[in-house]
Amino acid sequence: MNASRGKSACFALLSAFLLSGCNAVKLGVMNHAGPIAASQWRLYSIVAVVLIFVAGPVLLLTPLIAWHYRLSNKHNAFRPNWGFSWTLEGFIWIPPTAIVIGLAFLVWSYTHALDPYRPLVSAQAPLEVQAVGLDWKWLFIEPDQRFAAVNLLVIPVNRPVHISLTSGTVMQSLLIPQLSGQIYAMAGMTTHLNLAASRPGVYRGENTQFNGAGFQNEKFNVVALPPADYDRWVEQARASGHPLDAAAYPALFRQSSPPQPIVFSSIPQDLFQRILVQSTEPRS
Amino acid sequence: MTEGVWPAVLGRFVWHSLPFVRAWENPTASEIIGAGAASIVIFGAVLVVALITRLGKWRSLWSEWLTSLDHKKIGIMYIVLAFVMLTRALIEAVLMRMQQAAAVGSPGFLAPNHFAQLFSTHGSIMIFFMAMPFLVGLINYVMPLQIGSRDVAFPLLNSISLWLTGGAAGLMMVSLVIGEFSTGGWSGYPPYTELAFSPGVGPDYWIWAVTLGSVGSTLTGINFAVTIYKMRCDGMHLMRMPLFVWTALCTSILMIFAMPPLTVATALLALDRYLGFHFFTNDLGGNMMNYANLFWLFGHPEVYILILPAFGVYSEVVATFSSKELYGYTSLVLATAAIALLSFTVWVHHFFTMGQNANINAAFGIATMAIGVPTGVKIYDWIWTMFRGEVRFSVPMLYSLAFMMTFVLGGLTGIILAIPPLDYLVHNTLFLVAHFHNMLIPGLLYAMLAGYHYWFPKAFGFRLDEKWGRISFGCWVAGFYLAFMPLYVLGAAGMARRTQEVFEPAFRPWLYVAGAGALVLFCALAFLFVQLWVSIRDRDANRVFAGDPWDGRGLEWSISAPPPEYNYAALPRVHGRDPFYEAKRKGNPYPPPASYDDIELPKNSKTGPVIGVVGAATAFGLVWHMWWLAVIGVLAIGATVIARSFARDVRRIIPAAEIERTERRWLRAEAEITPIPRAVETTPANRGLAEVSG
Ligand code: HEM
Ligand SMILES: [Cu+2]
Repeated sequence: MNASRGKSACFALLSAFLLSGCNAVKLGVMNHAGPIAASQWRLYSIVAVVLIFVAGPVLLLTPLIAWHYRLSNKHNAFRPNWGFSWTLEGFIWIPPTAIVIGLAFLVWSYTHALDPYRPLVSAQAPLEVQAVGLDWKWLFIEPDQRFAAVNLLVIPVNRPVHISLTSGTVMQSLLIPQLSGQIYAMAGMTTHLNLAASRPGVYRGENTQFNGAGFQNEKFNVVALPPADYDRWVEQARASGHPLDAAAYPALFRQSSPPQPIVFSSIPQDLFQRILVQSTEPRS
Repeated sequence: MTEGVWPAVLGRFVWHSLPFVRAWENPTASEIIGAGAASIVIFGAVLVVALITRLGKWRSLWSEWLTSLDHKKIGIMYIVLAFVMLTRALIEAVLMRMQQAAAVGSPGFLAPNHFAQLFSTHGSIMIFFMAMPFLVGLINYVMPLQIGSRDVAFPLLNSISLWLTGGAAGLMMVSLVIGEFSTGGWSGYPPYTELAFSPGVGPDYWIWAVTLGSVGSTLTGINFAVTIYKMRCDGMHLMRMPLFVWTALCTSILMIFAMPPLTVATALLALDRYLGFHFFTNDLGGNMMNYANLFWLFGHPEVYILILPAFGVYSEVVATFSSKELYGYTSLVLATAAIALLSFTVWVHHFFTMGQNANINAAFGIATMAIGVPTGVKIYDWIWTMFRGEVRFSVPMLYSLAFMMTFVLGGLTGIILAIPPLDYLVHNTLFLVAHFHNMLIPGLLYAMLAGYHYWFPKAFGFRLDEKWGRISFGCWVAGFYLAFMPLYVLGAAGMARRTQEVFEPAFRPWLYVAGAGALVLFCALAFLFVQLWVSIRDRDANRVFAGDPWDGRGLEWSISAPPPEYNYAALPRVHGRDPFYEAKRKGNPYPPPASYDDIELPKNSKTGPVIGVVGAATAFGLVWHMWWLAVIGVLAIGATVIARSFARDVRRIIPAAEIERTERRWLRAEAEITPIPRAVETTPANRGLAEVSG
């Protein structure tokens, strides 16, 4: 009785453990929440099917042939001096070439369609966001709304978002797996990322390019809100009375990983531009 | 007064640079592990020195090994170095896996900086000081034998390359004991590795270790290419060369063209760090994108430098252990050459996410997939080689089969990474880490181990133990799948690489499995050492002096095991692709030479060891800003080269009588050995003489 209870407890624990493992995939593109990630997942599925045909023959033929022609199996032909056949050459070269040519068309069209620089097609004007990679946090500026936040990006659902990125320090890379792919952020340069969320939710974002001792902490949430909630949130943020002023600004450039997001109710003029220029000026 | 003297002598060194002092002041697990690693290095060095002294072997070590210009001994020394470095890098990998398994929602036992040093040293060592020495060692040993030559084209250069690589590896070891290593990963991307962000000695260790190593590899490439062009025996046309030689040639050409961009990249980074230049800094017009291009202009061909010789090994092993001619020799040669060429056209796939336009990304993505075609062709060529053969599942063959089945999986994920929109998602994540280990472990490491098992009897005259070989093989395979398949899932879920602490509880089960896999891999290596020990203990039962334990096909099997230092008493002449195999079938595999002549071989030289050790000392001086040491070092290297150019007496003669004695002893021994059929080749009945069938 006792033993069996122990056993079932063990079992429950184990399955909870395994289930928690399955949750991992929910954090990725498989659980996409925006049009870009959705097409990426579609592309992935197409490629996965094609790849079955690429790998299948090798995975089957290798063990079959090796086993069938084993030394101890005396019931088969042994042709030690056979080493060429045009037919086989055809089988070896033509199908892989054909597959690659087929994939090439797919790659060409999807690479253009999913170019991170390409604005999303939508009736609404995109929300402009400026992202600055810092040690070890992200600063997200919403220039039109005139506020900014560290490690928090709030966006309205179903409206395209255009992010301009730069770095106030070393190179970083911004990835929000459920919404879109990543792009590097480099000091003195601007890169672009276009994405949108198609359902409300909280999505994990991160820097994937190692940038020092606080790298692992450089995670943030992207919160996608229905438009009305978004507007309310903007108002709240702007009324929060914590401006990004001369006192707060230098702190951004100090190496730190803030445990909680920081919202700035107002920002200086041309903040992004200023950082862009500042990072290429000689360091004292 | 003293204030001026000590910094001038010791440069940047302070007590705090010693891990022992750091551990004393701040006894955390992380620091203690650091100090422990340093003690292992010191203890190991003391132990080796004491052992050699105790056995009184200094003189013979020096004159028979360290100063030797014999390509076979240089090859063996390279491989010993590879095993030592493999051990260190694998232990580091296990530590990283344990840390990540322990660090789900807790800081674990390794501090972030320590973890970062671990992935940087692990990656740098595995590529530059494990993989490169292993394949260079294997080519060094085997290629001259296969082309019927007595040595490489430039034996002294060969020794210098070895010692530059050894010196660089030594520098990696020293970085454990004095100071710290870079945290910038194996790719050392600026601006992170610039002074502004990494002011310490770490990146300098990385720069100089990689620079020394890459100069050594460039020289090796030149040496091998010239050897293959110029030193083939009579009748060995290009299209009769064994496939291993073809891959060695392509790899050498890649080394010649691909290592210089790396040397340039590290040199420019050094200029930035030492002399205030601004090639890759954020400020004053520097641009790190140039570094990324230079680095990967080296980095991508580099992975083919690593993989091509592996393909060569598999070609030899599969043909031999299927008792069959290689299928599609011409195809394989063309595929090898195509891969070598294409490898220079795809480097951008390492930074699809750097913001270039869709045309560029798509073009490089398609070029990358194109490499898949010749690679796929090769796999099929090996499969059809087994077709209608007589396959024996010896250890090298097991590695080859495991390789074929596992490598395709890596190829699949490679295609995923080659498609830019998919790469955007998994770039810089553990998916990428899983992918390249999926290529490098079955591709490179299994091949090197297959080659090690295959040619070991040739090099040392006895076979390696089968049982332990199989056990170790099983662990390498099981461990690989356990350790790396979970990383695909984690990467697809967005877990960034180089992460010291993990905040997603959902990642925990996968990290546990990966951790267990790393432990299995560690056992695999341990069993490899057990196997070596057992094999040496039982060597007398497993001798294959006659030299042909596997019914081999190429010239290397036609001489005794171990081969005499002059390789061939008379240089062979070949009439086909599998000369020794044919000769056996014609009934005259061991023709005694018409006459025995004196043979001239290069004399030992101290130049290699001196340049390697002084080179490492110079690099050490540069790392620590001990300018006096760097200046003396550079002068000493110059002086050594000049002094060597005056040396006249650099050749020695092996008299004909001695050669005749050696050869006759071997032929006599051979006459007494019974040839064995393949079914018993893994038993002590195998004395190195093959029964000729078919
Ligand atoms: C044999 C077992 C091996 C294990 C368990 C192992 C494990 C690891 C781990 C845990 C990492 C760090 C992953 C991360 O960034 O989070 C890593 C990185 C790396 N490994 Fe291995 N590895 C092994 C073999 C190899 C081999 C054979 C090679 C190359 C020939 C290799 C080359 C690398 C490289 C280049 C990196 C990247 C380092 C960087 O981030 O800069 N590894 N490996
Ligand atoms: Cu590449």
